Amino acid sequence: MSQAVVDRLNAQFGERVLETSDAFGDHEVVVALKDWVEVAQFMKDDGDLQMDHFIDLTAVDYPERESARFDVVLMTRSSVTGARIRLRTHAKDGEEPGSLAGTWSGANWAEREVWDMFGIKFNGHPDMRRILLYEEFVGHPLRKDYPIDKAQPLVPYREVSDIDKLPPFGIEEGQPFARIDWESRLSGGDNQVSPALGVQQGQRRTLSDSEAAQQVQARIEERMAQEAPEDAAEEGSGE
Amino acid sequence: MGELRVIDGGGEVAVTTRLSDLLQWARKWSLFQYPFVTACCGMEFMSTAAPRYDIARFGAEAPRFSPRQSDVLWVVGTISQRQGPAVRRIWEQMADPKWVVAFGTCASCGGFYDNYTTIPGVDKVIPVDVYIPGCPPRPEAVLDALMLLQDKIQANDRKPIVVPPRLVPERAPGRTGEGNS
Repeated sequence: MSQAVVDRLNAQFGERVLETSDAFGDHEVVVALKDWVEVAQFMKDDGDLQMDHFIDLTAVDYPERESARFDVVLMTRSSVTGARIRLRTHAKDGEEPGSLAGTWSGANWAEREVWDMFGIKFNGHPDMRRILLYEEFVGHPLRKDYPIDKAQPLVPYREVSDIDKLPPFGIEEGQPFARIDWESRLSGGDNQVSPALGVQQGQRRTLSDSEAAQQVQARIEERMAQEAPEDAAEEGSGE
Repeated sequence: MGELRVIDGGGEVAVTTRLSDLLQWARKWSLFQYPFVTACCGMEFMSTAAPRYDIARFGAEAPRFSPRQSDVLWVVGTISQRQGPAVRRIWEQMADPKWVVAFGTCASCGGFYDNYTTIPGVDKVIPVDVYIPGCPPRPEAVLDALMLLQDKIQANDRKPIVVPPRLVPERAPGRTGEGNS
């Protein structure tokens, strides 16, 4: 029944449907940015389709893709036929898809979240503000080029000498599988995944060979070299 | 209650101690709490307050949902960056003497929320007296923390402290020949 939706959209829009797929039973239709609102509105209003259930609207960041950096993805369903469809479009950085808040009112907050997390504005949205983060926040954290360890505290952190705790994790600790090395990837480096996974998959030198470890080792040796003369002097005097 | 001195006056008995000790003793057995509950640790906090673990045994059963009436601020759960000003302001509204307990890993150090959303430990914003590790901590650990806090109050000690792990009873020294490892 979801295939029927794809067929109907193909019949209605013809060339304007750029691409369809049904990987793993998930039917997907790709349209151009300018057709975004029209196709969505048609899916909802058409007597055969009646896609009246807005499920989710989100975005995907492909920083290495030159044609258009973002995908905007709409998941929707018909409570009448049970069909599900995923509508997708491509947007360059700064391009504004039309808002679907007038089609499904549930899209209102979803589009605010996409603006909050990815920095994609929606043309015609009634209230284009951040929804989860605070107005003081700079940047959009789900963009791949947002620094993974960058926090923007609203209250300045206390500086107390007797609390020597640091932000909890070092580069190799915690949940390293979540720490994709995007800087390396964007600059064309070989390190495609987080340091820990990279070692497992053979993409990365082991920790002891990594540059970070070598720098630490160099600092340790430097410090030992500074302390060594004193030790040698003490040993000499002892003998 | 500090050093007690018993004076036996032949039929009438008086007990003396220092005023500060008496004051600290009164404080540690009448802690009014302000639970700042934001996450799943709240379940364990409720369990601690419920009859099975019965936090009332320690004189700390009265939650006061105004910071101005409370002595202990329980920070129970993840504190996001956006909540930072709120928790800071609540702490500022509490009257001295006041104590803060960081309940669970998230409140203590941010836990696995190692990113832009979360304050890596509420001690980055307000001073903390007792840290309770655990995700979430068991009610026993919470009671341990409360007793540690009582000891700190009696001793007038404001140095931060972490609740130590409990020994597994079967492996505690003296229970078996193998000892604790």
